[in-house]
Amino acid sequence: MRISSDQDVCTGAGQCVLTEPGVFAQDARGVVELRTDRAEGELMPKVRQAVFICPSGALSVEED
Amino acid sequence: MLNLDPEEVAGLPRYPVGRRCPYEIPEIYTRLRAEEPVSKVVMSDGQPVWFLSRYEDVRAVLSDPRFSADRLADGFPNLALGQREGLSKQPKFMISMDGAEHSAARRRVISDFSVRRVAELTPMVQKLVDDCIDRILDLPQPVDLVAELALPVPTLLLAELVGADHADHAYFIDLVHRMLWRKTSGEERVQISIGLRKYFDDLIAEKEANPGDDIISRQIAFQREENGEVDREGLNSLAQLLLIAGYESSASMIALGVHTFLTRPEWLETIRKDPAKTPVAVEELLRFYSILDVAAGRVALADVEIGGVTIRTGDGVLASVFAANRDPAAFPDPDRLNLERGARHHVAFGYGPHQCLGQNLSRLELQIVFDTLFERIPTLRPAVDEADLPFKYDALAFGLYELPVVW
Repeated sequence: MRISSDQDVCTGAGQCVLTEPGVFAQDARGVVELRTDRAEGELMPKVRQAVFICPSGALSVEED
Repeated sequence: MLNLDPEEVAGLPRYPVGRRCPYEIPEIYTRLRAEEPVSKVVMSDGQPVWFLSRYEDVRAVLSDPRFSADRLADGFPNLALGQREGLSKQPKFMISMDGAEHSAARRRVISDFSVRRVAELTPMVQKLVDDCIDRILDLPQPVDLVAELALPVPTLLLAELVGADHADHAYFIDLVHRMLWRKTSGEERVQISIGLRKYFDDLIAEKEANPGDDIISRQIAFQREENGEVDREGLNSLAQLLLIAGYESSASMIALGVHTFLTRPEWLETIRKDPAKTPVAVEELLRFYSILDVAAGRVALADVEIGGVTIRTGDGVLASVFAANRDPAAFPDPDRLNLERGARHHVAFGYGPHQCLGQNLSRLELQIVFDTLFERIPTLRPAVDEADLPFKYDALAFGLYELPVVW
């Protein structure tokens, strides 16, 4: 799957980082930063959960 | 404002609905969710508003920019008499802002609450909790854990965050404690509120002259860089908001969490054996108690359809996070407390752009308190029966007034 993030929409709740720190991080401003824009295998359900619980709607995925 | 004839208003359920049991959701929430998930209720000032009880609808409204969080807007549900008058006298809190204004204000503070920054605060929070427990161990038993742990930990933590670590520290702690003590009179509350404003004004002036490693100093530096001057009123509002938002709610969750573990030894054993399970338990405690059910009011800025019902421009809306967190469509067997549930999609911290700024700090605080308390006082037990505990059935934020313990 392909992951996208919108830094202008992010409100820095950090829910994605708590869900999957291997994929999501926060930059110095506290705004979402992707460590990778692709996820495979067991990471995929984690990424889907991060997208679902993100309060600001800053994250999205496109399934391959 | 939702326009109804007086006869219809008279027949509506009243809000807020008090809890009658620490664990059960009021029956009317469950009934409305099943029968009429977008229904009308009437506030204590007589205003009819929409009440949302489904997880899906609550999330939809709280993340939709067509619903405003402006507590001064006509139609916004008033939780307490005098709320609007009180708020109109001070600069706007971030929780009342919408859209671009809110994003800009929140942008300036989120770096102080990022996951990484909060993790860096671990040693400070740990020390603070250890100091409280040191004092508790020297006290005659029984000890009230609300007074000695649940209230001091968030107060001391806030003092650290805003850099109130100078000579007036004891005065500040005393003000904050009296602010939420239930026996404090209305008149005294006004004095405390004036005292706090003055305290933060002095603190801001001090940080302008001698910056430290704290939120206020960082905001001052940020504002000077951005505008060349310091918005003292705005900073005072921010400091007060951090206090209001972080104090009573954290204290409530500490007290309810400790009570939950002490009365359910099997769960206590679980986190004692494996502290990695504490964060999972914390999420379930947050979901299960949903102490700040009344926080999520909104007012519609357009006609919007929610759950098949049209909410009109200017209508007030209450998105019940308590009802949402007990929705069987989102949480199987929702009324059962299962500390190993592992569901992180609850809305106890709200949802949408206003979702609690301090949520990760709150998680850290709860984890450290539970792990440290039960490790350091392994024989801790309740001093009174649950039936005799003073739960905060009459307060806007659910919790405990006292929690006497022995060991």
